[in-house]
Order: sequence, then structure tokens, then C-alpha cells
Amino acid sequence: MSEKLFEITAAPLSIDEVNRRVTSPAAGAIITFTGIVRGTNQGRQVRYLEYEAYPEMAEVVLAQIGDEVKARWEVEAVAIAHRTGRLEIGEASVVIAIAAGHRQGAFEAGRYAIDRIKQILPVWKKEYFEGGEVWIEGPSQPPEPA
Amino acid sequence: MQGKVKLFASLREAAGRSELDWELTEGATVAMLQSNLRERLPGVGEEIGRAWIAVNQQYASPDSQLEDGDEVALFPPVSGG
Repeated sequence: MSEKLFEITAAPLSIDEVNRRVTSPAAGAIITFTGIVRGTNQGRQVRYLEYEAYPEMAEVVLAQIGDEVKARWEVEAVAIAHRTGRLEIGEASVVIAIAAGHRQGAFEAGRYAIDRIKQILPVWKKEYFEGGEVWIEGPSQPPEPA
Repeated sequence: MQGKVKLFASLREAAGRSELDWELTEGATVAMLQSNLRERLPGVGEEIGRAWIAVNQQYASPDSQLEDGDEVALFPPVSGG
């Protein structure tokens, strides 16, 4: 993996590696969120997912989400990696690591980051299930223009 | 003016391509590009009209004015994570 704090990659994600990117002497706590490909969805048996990204924009949006987190909570560093391509059940699709001086706020900050990813990150997943395939669509409202 | 259009996910599949060029007269908006594309990409139709829009990798709206060289991306509601 590269040293990018905000990364869209086709390579398997390493939770340790994303954690390492935010580790510093100022950090007393690191919270990590990992999104995993689930084997069932709305009663369907999922075979695998294909993630597609608009990578140039998605890395900018991840950095924007990092800035939003830092503006709201006292955190030292944020790193997010999101994977693309074919992912099998149980593989990590997204890893968020947030380092803070103290644990207060860090949990909330992690929840905020994954919620924002689901709202605005230009990434899409296609679900291949037993009997068919379907594009998953997230929120119905686009973000406000910058 | 001219520039590039990028399509993603279900829009890309319906269009059968991920990228094409646009050419419009000065002062054109994203909405004008969307109706232009509806004619050029008959397989896509209505989906173009309800697409999310980004211009030069920033979220934009149908009434955003285009400039020469703009990269316009159209895509369905995002579903990452």
C-alpha cells in the first residue's frame, strides 16, 4: 500500500497498515472501522460484490470527509482506504482509522466518517447474488454543490 | 466549447461506454448537456435526467454553467462503504 492518507485502491486492504498511517506520539487512541462484504442482503444470498469508483474525485472527497471530521472533533489524524473491483464475502471494502489524543469523540468521529462515505463518496457497488445481479443505490438526494 | 463526459455504474452500463466528448455553445448548462446526451444515448434515456452531477470532480447542479474543457461526470446515487 502507498502512504496516502486517503486512498482508492484495487489492492486488498490492510487494517494494520491504515492504522499505522495515523499513528503518532500525539495519539492516545485509534479507532478503526472496517466495512465487510456481507453474505446476505435483503434476503438474497450474495456471491460477491463489484465496486466501481470515480477515483480522482473519490480521493478528493475522502480528504474532504477527513477535514470535516477534524473540524468537528479533536482528532490528530484521519486515514481512509476504500477498495474497488471484485470483493468476496468477508473481505474489507473500507477501512477508516482515526487517531485522537483521547478516546472521547473518536468513536463518534468514526461513525460520522462512515455515514458521510455512504452519502457522498463517488463509489458504487454491484451485487452478484444467487439468481441475478443488481446495482445498489444509496441515498436519493445528491449533495449540495460546493 | 467542448469537454469530456464520464459515466459510471448503471449509467455506464446502459450507455455501453464510460467516456464521450461534449460540444455545446457558449453559456450552456449541465441540464443542456443532459438533454443533448439523452438524444445521443437512446439506451440511457430518463436515467441521465436524474443522475448526480460532478463538474471537474466537484458536485454540481443541472443549472451549473459549463466552461470549455470541463469534465462532467454523471452517475446514479452513490453506494460505497
